[in-house]
Amino acid sequence: MRAVRRNPVAYLAVLCVCLLPACSGGPAQDTEIQFWAFGSEGENVKALLPAFERQHPGVRVKLQVIPWTAAHEKLLTAYAGESTPDVCQLGNTWIPEFVTLKAIEPLEPWLRRAGLDSTSYFSGIWRTNFIEDVQYGLPWYVDTRVLFYRKDMCARAGFPTGPRTWAEWDTLCRRIVTAKGGHERYAVLLPTTEWAPPVIFGMQKGSLMLRDRNTYGDFSGAAFHAAFRFYIDFFKRGYAPAALTDVMNIYQSFGEGYFAMYITGPWNIGEFSRRLPPALQDVWMTAPLPGPDPGRPGVSLAGGSSLVLFSRSPRKELAWELIRYLSAPEQQIMFYRITGDLPARVEAWQDSALATNIYARAFFEQLKHVAPTPTIPQWEQIAMKVQDFAELAARNKMTVEESLSALDRDVDRILEKRRWMLNVR
Amino acid sequence: MFGSSRARALLIFLGPALLAISVFFFLPVLAALVMSFTDFDIYSLGDIRYARFVGFRNYLQLFNDPLFWKALGNTLYFLVVGGPLSVAVSLGAALLLHSRLVRFKPMFRFIYFMPVVTTLVAIAVVWRYVYHPRFGLLNAAMGALGFSPIDWLGDPDWAMPALIIMAVWKNFGYNMIIFIAGLQNIPASLYEAASIDGAGPVQQFFKITLPMLAPTTLFISIITMIGYFQFFAEPYVMTLGGPMNSTLSIVLLMYQQGFRWWNMGYSAALAFVLFAMILVVSVIQTRVQKQKGDLL
Amino acid sequence: MKTLRQSALMVLLVVIAVTTLLPLVWMVMASFMPSGDASSVPPPFFPRTVTLEQYIGLFTRLHLGRSLFNSVLLSVAVTLISLVVNSMAGYAFAKYRFRGRAPLFKLLIASMVIPAQVTMLPLFLLLNKMGLINTYFGVIIPGMASIFGIFLIRQFAMTIPDSLLEAARMDGASDLRIYWSVILPLCKPILVTLAIFTFMGTWNDFLWPLIVMTDDAMYTLPVALANLAGEHVQDTELMMAGSVMTVLPVLVVFAAVQKYYLAGIMAGSVKE
Repeated sequence: MRAVRRNPVAYLAVLCVCLLPACSGGPAQDTEIQFWAFGSEGENVKALLPAFERQHPGVRVKLQVIPWTAAHEKLLTAYAGESTPDVCQLGNTWIPEFVTLKAIEPLEPWLRRAGLDSTSYFSGIWRTNFIEDVQYGLPWYVDTRVLFYRKDMCARAGFPTGPRTWAEWDTLCRRIVTAKGGHERYAVLLPTTEWAPPVIFGMQKGSLMLRDRNTYGDFSGAAFHAAFRFYIDFFKRGYAPAALTDVMNIYQSFGEGYFAMYITGPWNIGEFSRRLPPALQDVWMTAPLPGPDPGRPGVSLAGGSSLVLFSRSPRKELAWELIRYLSAPEQQIMFYRITGDLPARVEAWQDSALATNIYARAFFEQLKHVAPTPTIPQWEQIAMKVQDFAELAARNKMTVEESLSALDRDVDRILEKRRWMLNVR
Repeated sequence: MFGSSRARALLIFLGPALLAISVFFFLPVLAALVMSFTDFDIYSLGDIRYARFVGFRNYLQLFNDPLFWKALGNTLYFLVVGGPLSVAVSLGAALLLHSRLVRFKPMFRFIYFMPVVTTLVAIAVVWRYVYHPRFGLLNAAMGALGFSPIDWLGDPDWAMPALIIMAVWKNFGYNMIIFIAGLQNIPASLYEAASIDGAGPVQQFFKITLPMLAPTTLFISIITMIGYFQFFAEPYVMTLGGPMNSTLSIVLLMYQQGFRWWNMGYSAALAFVLFAMILVVSVIQTRVQKQKGDLL
Repeated sequence: MKTLRQSALMVLLVVIAVTTLLPLVWMVMASFMPSGDASSVPPPFFPRTVTLEQYIGLFTRLHLGRSLFNSVLLSVAVTLISLVVNSMAGYAFAKYRFRGRAPLFKLLIASMVIPAQVTMLPLFLLLNKMGLINTYFGVIIPGMASIFGIFLIRQFAMTIPDSLLEAARMDGASDLRIYWSVILPLCKPILVTLAIFTFMGTWNDFLWPLIVMTDDAMYTLPVALANLAGEHVQDTELMMAGSVMTVLPVLVVFAAVQKYYLAGIMAGSVKE
C-alpha cells in the first residue's frame, strides 16, 4: 500500500484494476435469453417465465420492461448500439422497419420445423408479419380498437348497445353533452396523443393514406379529408376534450362519468376490470366500431404485437424456444387471463374463459374487419406526424385543409429517402 | 530548457487529458460537422451506401421546417422570459439575504440553494404532479385564493409558463450566491458617503448597488442564457414537447431527430445551429467584457 | 422602525423559504402515502396513514437498488478519474513551458463554447465501434477529462510560487513526486470544489446516460426514474418515493460540503 501511496501512476493502475470487474457487468452462470417486452405486457409476461425456466434447466430469461412511449426509440437505439435483445415483442406496424434494417430474422425454417402456419392464426393479423413474401414474426396477441362505453350513459341517450353508424354516434354524443348535469362532461375520450383514431376513420372511409407505391402522402385526398373532418368535429362540438391532462387517470375519469366512450384496445378489458370499482363493473361494455355507412361495420386496425428473433442473437435456438413456448395455446390462454390481451392463436379462443367473456365478443366481431397500416418502415414517423397535425387541428390552431396539406408536405419529405432507395435498388 | 525526464513527465501529465479530449470531443465535433452535410440515417448505419452528401440541404430544410422555428421560438421564449425573471428573483433574494437586519442567514441561504443541487429529472416528476389540474397542489392553492383552475401542462398557452416557473424555482439560488458575492464586494464607504449626502435606500439602490453590480449581472445573464439555450430534461420528462409542440425546445428536437428517428444528418445540422447561436452570445459576452474590464 | 423593517424582511424571507421548500416537502409527504391517496380532491398534504410500501415496492418490484448502485459507482468513478486527469493537465499548463502551450490552451478555452450536444451522435457511434455502449465505460470515458476542470486547476496552480517547486527539485524530487506531494496538497481547496461539481454533475446527468445505457440493469437513477415516470403515470406516490431516492443523496452531499460548493460559485468562475 505504501508504494501505491507514493506513486500516483501505481495509484491510477490500482484504481483501474479495482474498477474493471465492476465495469464488465459480471459474468452469468446460466445462459441468459434477453427478452424485451413493453408496458403492461412486459409487466405481466413475467408470470409466464418461471415455468419456461423450469422446462429448460440452466436457462434464464432476462426480461426488460420498456414503457410503450419509449419503446420505439429504445429499439432503434439498441439497433444502432448493436445491443438488441434475443427476443422482442414488436408492434405489428413496426415490423417493416426492422426488416428493412435487416435486424430481425426470417422465421420460415423454424416455423416449418414446428409445424406452424397461417391456419393457426387470424389471417388478417398473420399478413402484417409477412413482408415481401417472407414471414418475420409470430403473432403474440392481437389488438384492434373497439368502442368501450358506459351502458348507463349511452342508454339514457337512447343507444343502450352503442352507436352503429357515424350518424348515430354523432347523435349519441350530442345527447350526452347536452343532457342535464352534463356540465364538465364529455361524450368521448379521443386522446390527441394517439394517432389511431384519425387513421382508423381514414381507413373506414377507404383511404390508403399513401399513394404511388407508398412514396407520397395522400392525406389531402377526398377519403381521408372526409374522415379527418369527422374526427375534428368531435372536438369542435365539445364531444371530446382536446386537453389530456384533465384525465391523467383514464379509469378514474371513466368511473366518474367524465366521459362515456373511449376507443381503445383489448388490454383495457383487464385494466377496466381491475381498476374500476366493483359497483361500476356492470355498467361498461364493448362494441365494434361504428362505420361511415349504414349496414357495413367500420374497419379497425390490424394491430397487436408479434414476437421476433433478432439477427444478432447468438442463441437463436433457445430464443426460438421461448417464442414457441409463448405461442403455445396454453400460454396464450394464460396470458389472456392475466392481461386480457387477446390471443393470436385461434385455438386459444375456444377456451372457456374467452368464449364466455362478454367484453371479448366485440373484438371477435371487429377482428373480421381489420386492415393494416401501410407496411413501410417510415410508418411510425408518419403516424407521429398524423398525431401532431391532428392535435393542431383538434385544438383549432389550424384548419382541416391547412393541417392536411402540411401533413402531406411533411410526409413527402419523410418519404424522399424511400423514393431514392427504391430507385437505387 | 528541459531535459528528457521533464519531457516524459509532460507527456504523462498532458497525455491522458489531451488524448481523451481529442478523441472524445474534437473528433466527434468534426464528425458531426461532416455528418451535417449528409443524409446519414438509420439505414446508413446498416449500409453506408445509403448515405449521400447533400451539401447544405439539411440546413436549408431546417430553415423551411416549421417545427424548427417552433422549437427556436419556444427556446427564445424560455430565454427571454425565464432569463430576466430568474435573474430578478436571484437579485431580490440576494438583496434580502445581504441585509444587515436579517438573522439565520446560513439557514435561508441553504434552503434557497437546495433546489439547485436537486436532480432535474426528479424535480420534473414532482412538478408534473404539482401542476396536475385536479389533484395538484398549485391549483388547490389557487382555488383557495379564489382563482379558477388552470390546466398547466395541458394548455399550450400555459405549458411554457409552467416550465419557466419551475426553472426559476430550481435555478434562482445559484445566481443568488454570485449576487451575494458581488454585493459583498461593494465598499461600505460608498453607502456611508451616500447617507451623508442624504440619499435614501431607494436612491442608494439605483445609484450605487445596481451600477456596482453591473458586471456581475452581465456575467450571470450570459451563463443563464447559455444554460437556458440547452433546456431539455424539463420538457422531456414533463410534456414530451407537447401540447402541440408548445414546449418543444431546440435540444429536444435534436434529440428526437437524432435518437428517435435517427435522422442523424439533420440532427447534426441542428446541433451546429445551436452552436452558432451560443457562439454569438459568447462573442457578445467577450466584447462587452473587454470594454468593461475583467470580470472573471 | 428598525424592528418593523426587520420583521417585514423576515416574513418575506420565510415566505420565499416556504415556497422553495413546499414542492420538496410535499414530495416527501406523498412518498409515505398509500397508493391512490395523493389523487384526491382537495390534494392531501400530510399522509393519513404513513406507509413504506412505495419504498419497498421500489426496491423489491422495480429494482431501484441496482440504479442506485450504478449512480454511486459512476459518480465516484468519474469524479476520481477526472480529478487525476484534469489536475495533471492543469498543473502542466500552469508550470511547464513547452512549445505551443499558449495557442493550445487558447484552443481549449475557445472550444468550451461548443455545446456538448454537438458531439452526441458521433460519440455514440464511436463508443459503439469500441463496444462501450451499455457499459460503465460509456459514461466514464467521455467524462474523463474536462476542459473546464483543466482551466480551473491551471488558474489555481499558477498562484503557487515557482520557488517552492524549485526547492523540491533541488531536493531531488522527481516530476511525478512534485505533482503528488507538493502540487496536489496545495491545490486541495480547488480539488474539493471540482470534485463536488463533478460528482453532482455526473449524478444529475440525464441525457447522456439515457442514450448510452440500453439495458435497465445499467440505468442510473435519473434514467430509471424517467423510465418509471413514463410507465407509472398513475402511481403518484411511487413516483414521489423514486424522486426522494434520487434527490436525497445529492442533498446530503451538498449539506456536508456546502462551504466548498458555495465558495466555488462565489469565486465567480464556476460554471455549471
